[in-house]
Amino acid sequence: MTCKEIVELMTDYLDGFLSPSRRAKFEQHISGCDGCRAYLTQLKTARMLIGRTAAEPVPEPLKAELMNAFRYWKAAS
Amino acid sequence: MSVLLFSHQTPWPEDRPTYPDPRVVRDPIDPDLEALRSADEAAFEALITRLHGPMMRLAMTYLRDRAAAEDAVRARRRKESRILTFTSLFRRDGGPTVDPSRFGADRMWSSPPDSWTNVPESRLLGRETIDRVRAAIDDLSPKQREVVILRDVAGLDADEVCGLLSISPANQRVRLHRGRASVRKSLEDYLT
Ligand SMILES: [Zn+2]
Repeated sequence: MTCKEIVELMTDYLDGFLSPSRRAKFEQHISGCDGCRAYLTQLKTARMLIGRTAAEPVPEPLKAELMNAFRYWKAAS
Repeated sequence: MSVLLFSHQTPWPEDRPTYPDPRVVRDPIDPDLEALRSADEAAFEALITRLHGPMMRLAMTYLRDRAAAEDAVRARRRKESRILTFTSLFRRDGGPTVDPSRFGADRMWSSPPDSWTNVPESRLLGRETIDRVRAAIDDLSPKQREVVILRDVAGLDADEVCGLLSISPANQRVRLHRGRASVRKSLEDYLT
């Protein structure tokens, strides 16, 4: 496989969606290709950083309101 | 925000069939949701803490998309639709995710990427980088953005996202792949 093809398979690789034979070919390419390995590292870094954008504390008034709603729901059920 | 998951009212406009279907949550596989079934208050608190950020981001993007859609309708009424139609015709989800000029005639890298191992962690994880990532997520097409947020921000798995958005596994993968690739590109422009 070429690098151009490999980069389009990376999400499927990370999600475990490649068939065993494709996966073997993918890993074989990656092990001998610095560029594709770097690209995979970049994609993993992007995924990790996307995850970090979630850090956002729940505002206290909203949290209090939600907890009250929960207690009300619990008492009613 | 997460309380919306338990109500029967959709928090998004009825005329957008691609929005998540809250009924999917009927049969939870999430451990937090399981604990919730036994009315565990600590579990509920953990759940809202975990989901607040992603839910807010998702809600904000829907509100923004809705505003953009309303603007588009208004623009069409003003008979400016020609430009809008023109752009939407050429804005498609196909094509390669990496600039083809970075590969040689043999389709191997001619201008290979850097693995960012020399980027100091303080810079990589710094506020400016995260802001950059946020902006890149905001710039995605709405369909890519909702999948990226649900997968990589809210941490749902592929099956859950397909169920929630009523999309095929192949469609989910394409949207995620293109979304992540755009964020990667934006990071590369910034870090390299
Ligand atoms: Zn390669």
